[in-house]
Amino acid sequence: MSLALSQPVLIGRWWWARLALAASTILLLGFMISLAVSIGEISIPLATTAKAVANRLFGASFELSRIHQGIVWDYRLSRALMAASAGAALALSGAILQALLRNPLAEPYVLGISAGASTGAVAVMILGFGYGVLTLSTGAFIGAIIAFVLVSALAAGAGGGADRIILAGVAGSQLFNALTSYIVTTSANAEQARGVMFWLLGSLSGVRWTDVYLAAPVALVGFLIAMFHARALDAFTFGIDAAASLGIAVNRVRIVLLGATALMTAAMVSVVGSIGFVGLVIPHAARFIVGPGHGRLLPTCAMIGAIFMVAADIVSRVIIPQQILPIGVVTALFGAPAFALILYKARRPA
Amino acid sequence: MSVSVSDVYWSAGNTMIVNGISIEVSPGKMLGLLGPNGSGKSSLLRLICGLRKARSGVIALGDTDITRMPRLDIARRVAFVEQQATTEMQVTVLDAVRLGRTPHRGPLSPWNLVDDAAVNAALDHVGMRDRAHQLWHTLSGGERQRVHIARALAQMPKELLLDEPTNHLDIQHQLEILSLVARLPVTSIVALHDLNLAAMFCDTLAVLHRGKVVAAGAPEDVLTEELIADVFGVRAFIECSAHHRRRHIQYRLD
Repeated sequence: MSLALSQPVLIGRWWWARLALAASTILLLGFMISLAVSIGEISIPLATTAKAVANRLFGASFELSRIHQGIVWDYRLSRALMAASAGAALALSGAILQALLRNPLAEPYVLGISAGASTGAVAVMILGFGYGVLTLSTGAFIGAIIAFVLVSALAAGAGGGADRIILAGVAGSQLFNALTSYIVTTSANAEQARGVMFWLLGSLSGVRWTDVYLAAPVALVGFLIAMFHARALDAFTFGIDAAASLGIAVNRVRIVLLGATALMTAAMVSVVGSIGFVGLVIPHAARFIVGPGHGRLLPTCAMIGAIFMVAADIVSRVIIPQQILPIGVVTALFGAPAFALILYKARRPA
Repeated sequence: MSVSVSDVYWSAGNTMIVNGISIEVSPGKMLGLLGPNGSGKSSLLRLICGLRKARSGVIALGDTDITRMPRLDIARRVAFVEQQATTEMQVTVLDAVRLGRTPHRGPLSPWNLVDDAAVNAALDHVGMRDRAHQLWHTLSGGERQRVHIARALAQMPKELLLDEPTNHLDIQHQLEILSLVARLPVTSIVALHDLNLAAMFCDTLAVLHRGKVVAAGAPEDVLTEELIADVFGVRAFIECSAHHRRRHIQYRLD
């Protein structure tokens, strides 16, 4: 047996190791966000960034060029915070779904929730559903809920079980992606189509503070709901009946947590498009560091998800000069090999 | 009575699975549930711990009707060990046993000394204390069953329900698990397939057939050649074992 198996987690029961992990992830996230604000076509020194933030947050009056002030505050900081919120929310959603559905492959992208949200958003954006009353996010949210209900019903009709829901999710994703493509090819003009396609692969361009005001509270509320149910999620380790016999109100917990997941996914997809792999890979990486207990796993997921997404955004902006890659491309290009590595590290004897 | 079930009915779809069952268990005793596959043993256990709702009839724990008990109160009193429950997660023995403390902890209350003591005592009972940090998927079937029992004991139950705990275990582990359960200071209800093991370890037996109790009482009264022929469709020869003084059943092929 390999050493990795007898020592499953890097951070064990030592409180100082947990404290150090918490402190270092918070510092790292702060550093990544500063980096994300500094790096770009116009590079801005970290000191200028700090001054611009202080000017806006604390009413300080450092002398700065209006351009620098504007780039830092109105473009790059909002974008970085949006990336952090989306990364945290998607990673949390993955961790919740993997525990509730007892399937290591569960994540919003695989289960078709993201695809449903995309269809909903595109229906509002191109077909004009809701006569201007429905916002893009509301459309995405409704799409996410419809997709999730449909996939759940299909899985239940196919006999339930953890493998069924993945198969149902594959079917649901195909259906909603087809619907999205149908709407785009039949109704969108060329410019809309290009915009939609970029957005479907995930894009942080055009993020404004209003988006952050939506996404950050949703991520925070989702995190708090998940943390409140951390022990209930642990109780699902050996299945639904085992959880119920431990006194968990199984149906209520599932509805609340699946609702929170759909809400988080829908809110993020409505702003940044559907970004795959974060929800799948981050929870596995986090389990590798702190183990399977959700009391530690959920905050770790949120932090690593946020850091990963901010880093992916930086990479998407600098890897090709004068061009921005869709962030979904970056998360998949880094996420897939990382996932392979985790699978390899956590391999068990046949 | 520790557990009393009176005239309970439960159906899945149009099929009556539990068809008017009444049984009682005294505190600290071990009741064996016998019966062919599909006779309603698993369903009855799930009804007693509140995982399924009876269509009619009354199930009481102590003096309280379980329909009047919140799920959490039931979980503080009754522990249930399913058949072959497993996980894909990388949990350790300790992680699994600590789950047993779930009904005794609020969503935000920290882990305390009572929890620690309960978990350690449970691990000691099943002899897995020194294996606490071993990973679940490296355990054998018998070890996993012991961990499940430890998880149930960490719940500090008055009643312990076990659904075929000896399934897929070798004979050494079957004997080990049942003598462990027989020694425990709790009321237990155990669904079993092996009639000889039931005769050896249980204080009382109830034989289920097509959702009804067809015989109940002390093993020597319940296990008769006629009953085994009626219920299991097998011809048997029963004698009193010279070794342990309990019933010993031999099967005839002629």
